[in-house]
Amino acid sequence: MIAQPERKIALWHLGVAYTAFLIGTLMGVLQVFIRNDALQLPAWLDYYQILTAHGVLLALIYTTFFIFAFFITGMSKSLGSFGPKVRLFSWIGLWVTLLGTVMATVMIIAGEASVLYTFYAPLKANGFYYVGLALVIIGTWVSSFALVGHYIVWRRKNKGQLSPLFAFMTITTIVLWIIACLGVVATVLFQYIPWAFGWTDTINVELSRSLFWYFGHPLVYFWLLPAYIAWYTIVPKLLGVKVFSDSLARLAFVLFILFSIPVGFHHQLTEPGISNFWKFLQVVLTFMVIVPSLMTAFSMFATFEISGRKKGGTGLFGWFKKLPWRDVRFTSIFIAMAFFIPGGAGGIINASFQLNEVVHNTLWIVGHFHITVGTPVAMTFMGLTFWLIPYLTGRRFTKRMQRLGFVQIITWSIGMLLMSTAQHVLGLMGAPRRTAYSGYNDHPSAMEWFDGIISNHVTMAIGGTILFLSAMILMYIVIMTMFVLPKAETPEQMVEFPLAESDMSNTPKWLENWWIWISIAAALIIIAYAIPLTHMIQHAPPGSKGFITW
Amino acid sequence: MDKKQSNHEVNLKGTLVSVFFVGIVIVAMWVAVYLMYVAR
Amino acid sequence: MHFHKYEKIWLSFGIVSLIVFLSVVGVSAFSQNHTPSGGMDTIDPEKVNETAPFDNPGVTQLDEDTYQVAIVALAFGYNAPDLRVPAGKEIIFKVTSTDVVHSFTIDDTKVNMMVVPGRITTKSYTFEEPGKYLILCNEYCGTGHHMMSTEIEVY
Repeated sequence: MIAQPERKIALWHLGVAYTAFLIGTLMGVLQVFIRNDALQLPAWLDYYQILTAHGVLLALIYTTFFIFAFFITGMSKSLGSFGPKVRLFSWIGLWVTLLGTVMATVMIIAGEASVLYTFYAPLKANGFYYVGLALVIIGTWVSSFALVGHYIVWRRKNKGQLSPLFAFMTITTIVLWIIACLGVVATVLFQYIPWAFGWTDTINVELSRSLFWYFGHPLVYFWLLPAYIAWYTIVPKLLGVKVFSDSLARLAFVLFILFSIPVGFHHQLTEPGISNFWKFLQVVLTFMVIVPSLMTAFSMFATFEISGRKKGGTGLFGWFKKLPWRDVRFTSIFIAMAFFIPGGAGGIINASFQLNEVVHNTLWIVGHFHITVGTPVAMTFMGLTFWLIPYLTGRRFTKRMQRLGFVQIITWSIGMLLMSTAQHVLGLMGAPRRTAYSGYNDHPSAMEWFDGIISNHVTMAIGGTILFLSAMILMYIVIMTMFVLPKAETPEQMVEFPLAESDMSNTPKWLENWWIWISIAAALIIIAYAIPLTHMIQHAPPGSKGFITW
Repeated sequence: MDKKQSNHEVNLKGTLVSVFFVGIVIVAMWVAVYLMYVAR
Repeated sequence: MHFHKYEKIWLSFGIVSLIVFLSVVGVSAFSQNHTPSGGMDTIDPEKVNETAPFDNPGVTQLDEDTYQVAIVALAFGYNAPDLRVPAGKEIIFKVTSTDVVHSFTIDDTKVNMMVVPGRITTKSYTFEEPGKYLILCNEYCGTGHHMMSTEIEVY
């Protein structure tokens, strides 16, 4: 078991993560009922306020706090106990991030920031909303540097050695995160905050959008990579085998540093101010970042097959039956992976240049991120929660909890399948995203969208309701494992941190030479962004003053 | 050497079929939306 | 670093598929003019109503086979009177905004344009079928976002 101070830091992160999860999922279920016209909100509460809270609390806050809880635990487990400085900065990071979260949330609840989590200018929220978001980023940087510091100490003590796979992957994710945040920090500090507080009159809208999406795409990899870390380093242990290939796992992660950042324009394919050449160049780069995910798919199936065959599975698919389906820690992550197959395929479509016109800002996109971050990432985190909290609290994970865990992940899967399928189909038909209930004056096209067997408001509402029930079961499990269940007394009752062995004997040392990867990443970013961003600044139209349209 | 050997010989036929299933999902979804794009 | 034989097969298949996807969209976009909406023209967002072509929004016939449609998007509607265009002719849509970011999206077509203040978004499209098409905003723009819509008639 890891040292008590780290356990405490990680548990605080989990506490914040699940508080955000509780409020965020409640906001989610309210939305499906408003869209269904089954619920009228009181006058002081608006659909778009709820939507903003749902996005911020789940996509930004739940993920971020969970990720750091996982990283802190795993880094302490794989590199040893933190020194006093690392602990101190981990705490400071937590409090700064939390302060930012509270500030942003208060602004949303006060109705001062119904600008959604993408906060596109010139919608102008209260300046403290942007300050809150900036603090969230700064807080994560402090926590990140604490972990990087811990890693550097380890490297100094173990000169010439490759770091354990978990630590390598954590540092990769952090490097990616820090480079990615530069964009959002630049736009929030130099564009939004001066403008929101009235120190400047106008804002360069297209520049702010581009800087946001410079951050926005690697942001999704910041969510996804921790899930991949679990897939690569935790799953093999649950299956009783080693990591399939240490070097290929590291190579995949390095490719994410290179190709997940210079791709933000694929979120801006239908907008003006970026020429087709630069849009298409970033489309090509986006396709490069698919390759490490293809590698990951192979590694996962290979891990399953090797494990299943070791346990006596024969024939083409005999190994499949030998997988530990009764282990909720495994089954949850397996379902998460399965959802990522259509999720990833949908992502390729979104990025396919003009095909984006079919799906851009339709409900398809909403369906897409619910089967990427909303299930592959979130359900991996749920699968980790089942052992991470008891591991940290030293409590037992009882048979009853295991059964409830199964109910939770199965309900989440069913709810998500219903809701996201409806959203994908509706989106292809043309129904827009981010809208309260609307029939567009009963326009026949709009009526047609919601008339299908799958594509209707009821399917979405049933899906959303099941998801909310699932979320509440998870909250129950979280509270029980955190505060209530009996402490483990015998070794069999102890919950372990299932970290797989990874054979590094064939892993080349250059994979851990960060300067190579950071330099190539920087070069790619400059190639993809320098000219179009310079053009946006030099040939900027008169800026926009702020608008409060809610 | 021993490790390399075992990695070469490990039977991953099921894996190959499984990843190709993933590949077919990707291609099928992409082609479907491409055809929708062309039809519009 | 060692790749299993099957992994090589899989990655080759994957990479070839990606190259095919890119080639299909690339060739269709750049040689058959199917690029997504965009454009590099700028405009003063506070002087939209005085700047051509938005000083006279609506449909203008440019020549025998080409029509231009100028539209001003604003919270929460479109300033675009008498949207009637013929089928089978090239329609060039030009859209800008006087306030926040919107979209100009025509249901069941390839017209799905982001509208950014200070910029003019352009898209060329030819309707095949006559009828009344729903136009809506699919980028969040405020309280009335879900009410922001209009209609275009194709004859």
